[in-house]
Amino acid sequence: MRKIAYREALKEALREEMRRDSRVFLLGEDIGRYWGGAFKVTKGLAEEFGDERVRDTPISESAIIGAAVGAAITGMRPVAEIMFGDLTALAMDQIANQAAKIRYMFGGQAKCPIVVRTPFGAGVNIAAHHSQSLEAWFMHVPGLYVAVPSTPYDAKGLLKTAIRSDNPVVFCEHKLLYPLEGEVPEEEYTIPFGVADVKREGKDVTVVATLFMVHKALNAAEELAEEGISVEVVDPRTLTPLDKQAIIKSVKKTGRIVIVTEDCRTAGVSAEIAAVVAEEAIDYLDAPIKRVAEPDTPIPFSPPLEQYVIPDEKAIIKAVKEVV
Amino acid sequence: MTLNLPKDKLVEMYRKMLEIRFFEEKVFELYAQNLVPGTIHLYAGEEAVAVGVCSNLRRDDYITSTHRGHGHCIAKGADLKRTMAEILGKKTGYCKGKGGSMHIADFSIGMLGATAVVGAGIPIAVGAGLSIKLRHTDQVAACFFGDGASNQGTFHEGINMASIWKLPVLFICENNLYAMGTRQSIAMAIENVADRAAAYGIPGVVVDGNDVLAVYEAARKAVERARKGEGPTLIECKTYRHKGHSRIDPAKYRPKEEVEAWLAKDPIKRFKEKLLHANILGETEIQQIEKEVLGKIEEAVKFAMESPLPSPEEALEDVYA
Repeated sequence: MRKIAYREALKEALREEMRRDSRVFLLGEDIGRYWGGAFKVTKGLAEEFGDERVRDTPISESAIIGAAVGAAITGMRPVAEIMFGDLTALAMDQIANQAAKIRYMFGGQAKCPIVVRTPFGAGVNIAAHHSQSLEAWFMHVPGLYVAVPSTPYDAKGLLKTAIRSDNPVVFCEHKLLYPLEGEVPEEEYTIPFGVADVKREGKDVTVVATLFMVHKALNAAEELAEEGISVEVVDPRTLTPLDKQAIIKSVKKTGRIVIVTEDCRTAGVSAEIAAVVAEEAIDYLDAPIKRVAEPDTPIPFSPPLEQYVIPDEKAIIKAVKEVV
Repeated sequence: MTLNLPKDKLVEMYRKMLEIRFFEEKVFELYAQNLVPGTIHLYAGEEAVAVGVCSNLRRDDYITSTHRGHGHCIAKGADLKRTMAEILGKKTGYCKGKGGSMHIADFSIGMLGATAVVGAGIPIAVGAGLSIKLRHTDQVAACFFGDGASNQGTFHEGINMASIWKLPVLFICENNLYAMGTRQSIAMAIENVADRAAAYGIPGVVVDGNDVLAVYEAARKAVERARKGEGPTLIECKTYRHKGHSRIDPAKYRPKEEVEAWLAKDPIKRFKEKLLHANILGETEIQQIEKEVLGKIEEAVKFAMESPLPSPEEALEDVYA
C-alpha cells in the first residue's frame, strides 16, 4: 500500500469531502494561498476550491468558530482551523457554550455540523502557549465529539467522518505527527467514531495511549518484548464517544493497564479512562491502574526542561514494569 | 417619521407591538404567581426595535437573539403558545422545556435562537451571513444585542469580519442605557455605540428606538444594502426597558425622573397616537385590536398551563444529533 504523511492524509480528506459536498468549506488564519495553514495541511486547496471556500480570516478565534456555528446551523458544513490548540481558549465560549449546546438547548431543532481542527502537543520548543494538550477540556463538554487520530490512516478516515457528522467535532491533531508517514489506501474509506484500534496485540499489559503517545507506547512495547513482556497497545481514536468496551476487553485479557497521555495528569484524559476501568473492570485487574502523563506544569521552553515533562518511552517502560 | 406605509402593514406592526407588551405583562404576572421557573428578562418598553426591524424581514431571513429575547421571537413570527409553554418549562414549548425564557428558537422561521452569553450571538449572525453569501441567496441576518454586548470582544471580531466580507448582516444594538445595573457612561467613553461603525468602514446609524417607524426606516435601508451585497450596517436604537434587568431587580439605580421621562416615551403609546391622529385607526378599531391580542395571549397561557411537563428522563435526549 502507498505511504503518505499525516498532513497529506488530512488534506486528502478535506479535498475529497469538498469535492463530494459543496456545503463543506474551510476557514481559519492563514489557511489560504500564501501559507496553506501553519502546518501546511490546507496547502493547495485554495488553488483548487477558490478563496471563498478556503477562507483566510482575521486573527479572531471567537468569530472564526462563531461564524462556523452560524454557517452550520443555516445549512453549511464548515471546517475551522485554529492554528494552535492552545488558542481554542479564545474561542471556548463558541465551542463549549454555543456549538455544543445549540442542539440540546433548542430542543433538538438545530444541527451544528462544525469541525474544529487544531494541533496539540509539545516537543518543538515553543513553550507554554503553543504546546499544550487540552483534549480533556472538550471531553468535559456534552454535545462535542473529540477525535484524536494517531496515524495517517486514522487521520484521513476520522476527518471524513467528522465532516459528515451532524455534531460539532473537535478534531485534535498533534504537531509532531504531521510529517509522519503511514499506509493509506487509494480507495475511499471512513472510520466510525467510538471504535478503538488495537495498534499492537499483547497479553501481559494493556497500554491505552493517544496521539503521539501511541508511537512512544509502540516503541516501548517493542523494547519490552525483548524482555519477554507482551504489551497490548489500544488507541481509542476518539475520546468522545469513548470505546469503553475495547478498553475493558483488553483489560480482561491482560489484567493490567497503563494509560499514557500527553496532557496534564490531574483531571486529564487518563483520569477519565482510569475511572472507567475502576468502575467497570476492577474485578479483572491484577495490579493497580498506572498513569503516565504530564506532571501538572505548563510546558517549559528550554529543551531539557520540556523533555523532562513530556512522557517518554522510559516512563512507559517503568510504569509497565511496575504492574507486571 | 411619516406614515407612508400601507395600512395593513401599520396595523400589523401595531398588533405585534401589543402582542409583545401584553405577552410580557402576562409573563410578569405568572412569575409573580410562582408559575415561571428561573428568571425572566422582560422586553416591555423596547417593542419598537424588534418590530421595526423584523417588519422588514422575510420568513427565510434570520435573526439571533439575547437573554431578553421574547420580543424578538414574537416579532419574527413565533407562535405565542409554544413560546409561553417554553417559558413555563413545558414539553410543548419550542425547546421541549430544555431552553426556557433565555433560549427560545424557532428554526422554521429563521429565528436561530437566543443565547444568554452576552455578545455571543454576534459571530453566529455573522456565520449566518457567511452562509447566505456562500449559498448565493438574497437572505439577510439581523443580530440583536444590547449596549453591554457592544463591549465584548465578539462585537469587534464579528463586525470586523462581516465588514471585510461584506456580509448581509444587520447589527441591531438595543441601547437601553444599562448593562444590568451598569450605566453606559461607566462602561464606555462614547455616547453613541453606532460611532464604532466608523472603525469598520460601515454605516452606523442612531435612531429613536421608541419610534417604530424610525427603526423601520433605518432597518429598511440596511436590509436593502445587505440584499444588494453591499455589506452590514450597525443600527443603534436608543430605548429603555420598563422593568429592571431581571425579575429580581427593582432597578433602584435608575433615577425616578429618568424612568418617568422614558415611560412618557412609551413606543406603543406613541405609535397609537400617531395612528389615531392620522386617522389610520379609530378608537373602536384600537379597542378591537387590543381585545383580539389579549384573547391570543390568554389562549397562549391556557395552552401553556394545560400542557404537560416533560418526563424527567427526556433530559438525556437531544445531546447529539
